[in-house]
Amino acid sequence: MSFWDQALEVARVDLRIERRMGDVLRIVLPFAVVALLVFPLALGVDLPAVSRLGPAVFWAIGILFGMQVALRQTADDRPERRDLYALLGVDPSARFVGRCLSGSVLMVGFLFVLLLATIVLYSPDLPDGWPAPVIAGLVLTAIGLTELGTLAGEVTSGLRNRTTLASLIVAPLALPLVIGASQTLESLARDAGILRWLILLVATDLALTVAGVALARPLEEASR
Amino acid sequence: MRLRPVGQHVVLEDVGVSLAGQVILRGLSLELPPGEVLGIAGPNGSGKTTLLRLLATLVRPDRGVGRVLGAALGTTEVYDVRRHIGLIGHIPAVIGELSLRENLEHAIRLAGGDPARIEGALRVVGLDEAAHRKVETSSHGMLRRTEVARLLMSEPRLLLLDEAYSGLDFYAQALIDTLIERATGSGGAVVMVSHDPRHIAERARRVLSLSAGRLEPVT
Repeated sequence: MSFWDQALEVARVDLRIERRMGDVLRIVLPFAVVALLVFPLALGVDLPAVSRLGPAVFWAIGILFGMQVALRQTADDRPERRDLYALLGVDPSARFVGRCLSGSVLMVGFLFVLLLATIVLYSPDLPDGWPAPVIAGLVLTAIGLTELGTLAGEVTSGLRNRTTLASLIVAPLALPLVIGASQTLESLARDAGILRWLILLVATDLALTVAGVALARPLEEASR
Repeated sequence: MRLRPVGQHVVLEDVGVSLAGQVILRGLSLELPPGEVLGIAGPNGSGKTTLLRLLATLVRPDRGVGRVLGAALGTTEVYDVRRHIGLIGHIPAVIGELSLRENLEHAIRLAGGDPARIEGALRVVGLDEAAHRKVETSSHGMLRRTEVARLLMSEPRLLLLDEAYSGLDFYAQALIDTLIERATGSGGAVVMVSHDPRHIAERARRVLSLSAGRLEPVT
């Protein structure tokens, strides 16, 4: 079976499991929306302030809860499943890519719903022509965040404090994604060029892909 | 150190394994030719499971040298042979959120096999009526049968059985026997470990004893 066939099969089953277990839809997403609600409630009737804060709060909540999407329980292979994959001849790199594919689908959906909730709750002052660049930035950030979370999940796989440790690893490494994502919207609002921020996001995603694929086998072996 | 005979499915020479700083296996030397059923008996904690995981290439040796299906243990060569190794471990290797049939579909797709073989394998293990059941609502025996169905489809050249008969009824035990017969009949080799020497004595042509991490012939 080819690399891509294995990656797609891993992604297909991951999404099927997620559909049944609902880690993202039933747990992470509702909590993220509640977190979004907290700021307008705290700021009260100061609508201009709420509107101004909207994009920043969106990315802060998106990145924080996005980590929970990337590190969801259903993406943590138990030892028996890791052994099974090894003995079925699954390439660890294909497993990494498959997990990133399924995670990215979930992450894009999660951030998209969060974006809609932000627009409804904060009425942010979005510049003309915002959908295309914002969605491009959202998709690129989602991919990068998923790759980072998957990589951190692999490093900490099987550890008791996996979620906490992985989040600590991810937080500093997510900086280029946070900067790229937030500056895309900021630059758009100032009518400045957004290309360099999109390039930053693409470069970060590519670097994480290369790192994840290259490290998948050594990480797999180190766990044995 | 020199590795001897070519053509053996397993060759170990003075192999040792430590886990978390504790020596589990020491000074293991073993040869396993094609077609042989080797039984290894030993009390709880003697290192039987670690030995099987070593042979499955899932644990690295920290001393000595060994080859499994021609691949040197502890090297990347093992990636080329893992798909030819079948392991039935203590805990059934199934994905809890899927049904029994979905587990088989997933496994055969990942291994590049033909999904059309699933129905036949399910019939052989007597799960054709219950294949839709989720893992979490299935009994231990049903999960074992699912594993047997998977291994019937993958036809491993090295079959490793870790207390595979535990908790199984007569019919399910007979399925494990079928698996052994098919493996040896097609030139494969089998290693079975158990703390119950009766299971081994009935099936293995050669029996070794594992005690405190050392292999010894049974007299």
